[in-house]
Amino acid sequence: MGNESTFDFEHNIADALDDGQLRKNLRKAMDILVDKRRAVFPDIAYLDQLRSAGNAIKRRALKQLPRLLEQLETNCIKNGIQVHWAEDTTEANNIVLEILRRHDSRDIVKGKSMVSEEMHLNHFLEENDIEAIETDLGEFIIQLNHETPSHIIVPAIHKNKDEVAAIFHDKIPDTPYTEDVEELTAIARRVLRKRFAAAKVGLSGVNFAIAETGTLLLVENEGNGRMCTTAPDVHVAVMGLEKVIEKLSDVPPLLRLLTGSATGQIITTYVNMITSPRRAGEKDGPKEVHLVILDNGRSRMLADPEFRQTLLCIRCGTCLNHCPVYVRIGGHAYGHVYPGPIGKILTPQMEGLERAGVLATASSLCGACGEVCPVKIPIPDLIRRLRHESYDQDGSAVVAGGGYKKNLAETLVWKGWELVNRSPVFNEMGTRLAGKIGKRLPKVGPLKKWTRVRTSPKVARTSLHERARNEGVKDE
Amino acid sequence: MTLSPKVTPMKRRNDPDRSEPVYFFGTCLMDAVYPDAGMAAIRLLRSQGVKVIFPPDQSCCGQPAYNSGFSREARAVARKQIRVFSKPYPVIVPSGSCAGMMKHHYPALFAGTPDEADARRFSERVYEWSEFMARVLAVKLVDQGEPLTITWHSSCHALREMDVIRYSKALLRQLKNVTLVELERETECCGFGGTFAVKQPAISAAMVKDKIDDIRRSGATTLVAGDCGCLMNITGAMEHAGVAIAGKHLAEFLWERTNGK
Repeated sequence: MGNESTFDFEHNIADALDDGQLRKNLRKAMDILVDKRRAVFPDIAYLDQLRSAGNAIKRRALKQLPRLLEQLETNCIKNGIQVHWAEDTTEANNIVLEILRRHDSRDIVKGKSMVSEEMHLNHFLEENDIEAIETDLGEFIIQLNHETPSHIIVPAIHKNKDEVAAIFHDKIPDTPYTEDVEELTAIARRVLRKRFAAAKVGLSGVNFAIAETGTLLLVENEGNGRMCTTAPDVHVAVMGLEKVIEKLSDVPPLLRLLTGSATGQIITTYVNMITSPRRAGEKDGPKEVHLVILDNGRSRMLADPEFRQTLLCIRCGTCLNHCPVYVRIGGHAYGHVYPGPIGKILTPQMEGLERAGVLATASSLCGACGEVCPVKIPIPDLIRRLRHESYDQDGSAVVAGGGYKKNLAETLVWKGWELVNRSPVFNEMGTRLAGKIGKRLPKVGPLKKWTRVRTSPKVARTSLHERARNEGVKDE
Repeated sequence: MTLSPKVTPMKRRNDPDRSEPVYFFGTCLMDAVYPDAGMAAIRLLRSQGVKVIFPPDQSCCGQPAYNSGFSREARAVARKQIRVFSKPYPVIVPSGSCAGMMKHHYPALFAGTPDEADARRFSERVYEWSEFMARVLAVKLVDQGEPLTITWHSSCHALREMDVIRYSKALLRQLKNVTLVELERETECCGFGGTFAVKQPAISAAMVKDKIDDIRRSGATTLVAGDCGCLMNITGAMEHAGVAIAGKHLAEFLWERTNGK
């Protein structure tokens, strides 16, 4: 991912589409993920029921979010977990930094966390002379290569095995070149074990925070998450405030949806449920557990009944896997932390339309994302809504930067379109005119873009209106 | 995704009787670019003894503006259609996308406006053409054509909003001399997406290129689709790339096959 301040979507798209290796890697990986999901959810009717249940659980949580967050805080504190509130990413970063400083720690081992990406925590810590060590294998790979995640679940999915082999050989001292996956994994393990053993502070994300019990639930497959949350003396968990759910019995359907949708697994290798720091008499576990709850625009989303649905998301990434746009341009092209369909609705709401509204144009509204979303977020409808907010023709926009695209030329085009399609006389004149001069229309503007890879539409000499009339298909 | 080849055409409680007249909504694309397909759809309805009404004041469903961020303009054009198709007859739409707009998006488009109730009543009467032919009319088609291998493109909205692909395919499968070879990535978008094709031309181009590669690999000599938007995109790209595969709307294809053309 590039620098967000110089985000040039068009340029990113062109680069990605030109990168044959990237496109091959993405297609292959997405096919595998799509197939695995299909295999784990063979019964479509059952899946639909489960998705409805997931939607209902998350909706119920959002409906009482302030209360649940307070309950979560109370129960966490009762359990010995220290709770911190951050309105924005600066506050969240400073909370983490303060904890690190208090423990005189110069490094932090990190399990996979998209919220920490949202905070740009690694960069922030680096500026404060603290080394952040990514321990998830995918994150480890891209950190070596100074990249950011290109996918919210499988961050190095844009790389194939050979590319990983080259990165390890180049970036890890004294590493012989190998394409053997077992050996590559062993190399990462060898490097990371030392860091786990030495670190005083570990960081993780949170998949679900259970208000009823004050429990932080974390799924993973590599065991690095468990290492980050148990080996160091201090565990810091960061979460977006939408991660809270009401009760323990909400977990099974959500967990099934999350792991099934994300990686096609019935359950992940590790499911960590963290309810307290090390208790008196216990031999291991962290001595301190901190929970940082981040808002960063989420309560603004919550205030709008339609945009609120963005917060249903459980970050499974399956909308990316099924997206015909994502599979062709990959995550980095989106230029922001959250790519793909969910990124198209989340990022403009977080960053404002001026900076990120263009993302909403990158959808054919094919509906594949909405069809697979485990919590039934109507992603295409929200993309469409963001397009409306971008022009804000009626002054009702709620997202920052509303109306940023409003311009006279486009407004006039659509006004003209409306006039033609409301007036039968103009409509018939328009179609006739197009039939006569259609072939000779200069290839400029939209037609120029269309004809780059297609021939011009062939407007018929006689419209359907005329044909129907001629063949006696009448009005009543 | 495998789509069930077996369809039991079942009339539902609210379906109209075949003695009732039907409205035909010709769509703006058929009107201007594919009138042959529109006429074929009308003729096939008439061949079943159905009285077809074509209100001349009809135009566009409003989707182009609706998907581009111009709801007010979309609403004005949609309201016009609701008024023009005012009698309680079924509205037959030879496009999954326009039908999806009229059936599933009009209620949201008019929510909170004085036309909301009218819009809902209108939406309930909307049928995609192939569904109406296969399920409601339970047509029997007699193939008069030479042996032919075709492939089929599922439009996203016919597939996901209207869920009518099985009806379109059931009609094709009645043609005894036609072999249907399915695409490898049948459920993947062709990259049309209305104004998407010109707002994100590079992504759209990559999508349609992959689609025509898939069509080529199928070995078919004709591509059949139920939506003129996709058809215009795919055949335009095939022609540009010098791919000699014909593209036809389902209605036109069926009309030709059953009339020995």
